[in-house]
Amino acid sequence: MMLGYAGKFLEVDLSKSSCNDVTFPDEWLRDYIGGRALAAKIMSERLLRKWEKVDPLGPENILFFMSGPFTGYFPGGRTCVTGKSPQSNGMVGSTVGGEFPVELRCAGYDGIIVSGRAEKPVYLFIKDNDVEIRDAERIWGKDGKQTEALLNRECRKLLSERYPRVGVWKEPAKLYIGPAGENRVRPAAVIAKWTHAAGYGGYGAVMGSKNLKGVAVKGTGPLPEVADIEKLKQMIDEVCKGCYGNTLWRRWGTGGGGYSFGAETSSEPVRNWQEEWHDERSYGVDQFENRVWVKPAWSDFGCPTNCLKISCVHAGKYKGAISDNPDYELQAFLGPNLGVFTPEENVYLSSLIEDLGFCGIQGGSTLGFAAELYQRGIITKEDLGGLELKWGDAEAFAALAKKIACREGMGDVLAEGAHRAAIRLGELKGVNLMPYAVTGKGISIGAHGIRSGRDFSREIGYACSVQGGDHSSMTDLPIDGWGSEIWQIFNDSAVMCIFTSFNLSPTFRYEFYYALTGQTLSRKGWLNGGGIKTLQIQRAMLLLGGPDLRWNPMVDDDNPARFYEPLPTGPCKGQSADKTSVREKVRQYYDEAGWDQNGVPASEELRKLGLEYVDESLKRLRS
Amino acid sequence: MGWRQEEKNNKIWISRELSKCSGCRKCEIACSLQKENKIWPEASRVRVFMLVPGTEFPHLCTQCEDYPCVAACPVKALSVNEGTSAVVVNAGTCTGCGICIEACPGKVPHIHPRTKKILICDLCSGDPKCAKVCQEGGWNCLKVVAREDHEFKLFSRTPEETAKELAAKMYGDKAEELQ
Repeated sequence: MMLGYAGKFLEVDLSKSSCNDVTFPDEWLRDYIGGRALAAKIMSERLLRKWEKVDPLGPENILFFMSGPFTGYFPGGRTCVTGKSPQSNGMVGSTVGGEFPVELRCAGYDGIIVSGRAEKPVYLFIKDNDVEIRDAERIWGKDGKQTEALLNRECRKLLSERYPRVGVWKEPAKLYIGPAGENRVRPAAVIAKWTHAAGYGGYGAVMGSKNLKGVAVKGTGPLPEVADIEKLKQMIDEVCKGCYGNTLWRRWGTGGGGYSFGAETSSEPVRNWQEEWHDERSYGVDQFENRVWVKPAWSDFGCPTNCLKISCVHAGKYKGAISDNPDYELQAFLGPNLGVFTPEENVYLSSLIEDLGFCGIQGGSTLGFAAELYQRGIITKEDLGGLELKWGDAEAFAALAKKIACREGMGDVLAEGAHRAAIRLGELKGVNLMPYAVTGKGISIGAHGIRSGRDFSREIGYACSVQGGDHSSMTDLPIDGWGSEIWQIFNDSAVMCIFTSFNLSPTFRYEFYYALTGQTLSRKGWLNGGGIKTLQIQRAMLLLGGPDLRWNPMVDDDNPARFYEPLPTGPCKGQSADKTSVREKVRQYYDEAGWDQNGVPASEELRKLGLEYVDESLKRLRS
Repeated sequence: MGWRQEEKNNKIWISRELSKCSGCRKCEIACSLQKENKIWPEASRVRVFMLVPGTEFPHLCTQCEDYPCVAACPVKALSVNEGTSAVVVNAGTCTGCGICIEACPGKVPHIHPRTKKILICDLCSGDPKCAKVCQEGGWNCLKVVAREDHEFKLFSRTPEETAKELAAKMYGDKAEELQ
């Protein structure tokens, strides 16, 4: 058994109501580490040969909740949630903060692998080795905050009844879905702690399709045994001290972005990306701090950065709305993206979106898409069941979000997410609506536009990513450089938080891995091993796609149309992405990644990596 | 010195300003590393509760002036260290019966998940690691102070009571439905 790992995974088949412990070869753990990469490996071995036929919202899809050897030790805990994505039809490694993976590893599991579909709503309750599939009828339909409270109460009661006289039980850690997930709304997220979400990929809808409302876990053991605890203590200290020095980041988190990515960087979605600039000082982070913050430092397990803050509206018509900062992405997508520029309205919309169980990015983007269609007269008040969807009208957006979560009226089409809604509504209205869907491979793009060239996003960052519009998995040339997606794959597989690792030396993470596992790993080793293998597997899945949509690399390895329109306002007015340059770089990326001229991973490259079975599956694309 | 003529002592107390807790649980990590040489939240003598998100707080022994846990122990496994004022557990004697948990007004002690003996903060013999990491991070939730500065009657409260109060403070009218 490998040091640094709990040593087993929990395999749950909801169709059969079965729960079993499973293990995977040490070789897989060494190559793929954990999280995103290991899940991609397991998934590809099981389903790649019939990938196009697997319905992401059908019982055959496999849903993963994964930790990695870094989880719990490296400051800032995250869970990697993945499976076949109902947004991209590929696989998206989506991570969410919180104590869940720590409890899971303390319970003796490195991950949970869920397949099948329960007959009735259920949740999983795990206490160390005791695993139970429990009835969730009473919790089904409840919003995020209600679900958190109900699961807490029920699970703590169970713990104290079943394990009495050991003291007061702490709450178990939980992942759950809201009504949007239950109704298989593709922009739905897997949520933790009210405000944390594994958003990209749409795994809330996958949980919903499996009738799985949540997972609650309490582990009473220690984190897995490691190779060198003394060395790790020093290294953890080093990570923390680096973060403590970053005072601005600690004070404001990403909350400064709502203003600065608009006013200074000019890369923030404004009115569905029609602009990327605004200069609304009402939206400064100081306004948030003064008017809505009730907790200035909020951390997950072991986190020295506390980039999160909690906001609560205490007066006025949005009284009682609670969210985190909101962080930059939700500030942007449920703020300027909808023409909203006040902290109270933004907190109100964030609170609602989280309660309904949306990904703030995918949900906010879909709302913005709808509002632009309304602005252009393509959809009307009648289409929207009487709603006047004007920019800046927070209550109208809230009403539409509720319709989408329940798939009511036009909400049913919008529940498919911006990309699919553009196709369906376009057919219905006889207009090409793709120019208004700002997506990459079916995934709404994060709030970092490329037109100004001032943000960290790059020309082909979304176009070539195996996770489409995911701003936390962008890529760049050269493929072995620091901007390459291969390093994001490492973070999502280790599984670690990038917001605690800014100040570390390039070799730090490999030394950390060595102290955990006693196994050596180098930059080169990852680049030519697990990193590139995972990239190829994910690319193969993305291209095989299906069953409802398939990507054509010649068309879809590109930016959304909007990024080729010149910016109409701001310091970078007139700038846009350059089609010729993008095409050229995409070609070069194909070369460096070992993909053929059609963008398909080349046979010899795959065989060189020992991925013959992936090559076999890709023959279906090549013929 | 006026009326305060008591002998100077080195007794300490861990003061706690619960609303400052970020929920980072570094105190749990530090405590379990100190006592178990492992990261082991459920074996930590200080435990962070999150009964309502955002209301995280460390739950640990207060060293009540009347030490009801010590008085309640049927096998006299608990005693008070005169030097630090901490409750000390004699693991050899402790039967893990849990009577001290019931006696504690805050239900602070809990049973070690492996050894099945009671766990109570022993103030790290005068140098508490939980307060140290909390101070290093600048959160200032846990802080070591001289016990003689806190001569009022010390007592602890249950996690439910604390969470309720913190939730009301943060979330106002909304707090009730969140619990």
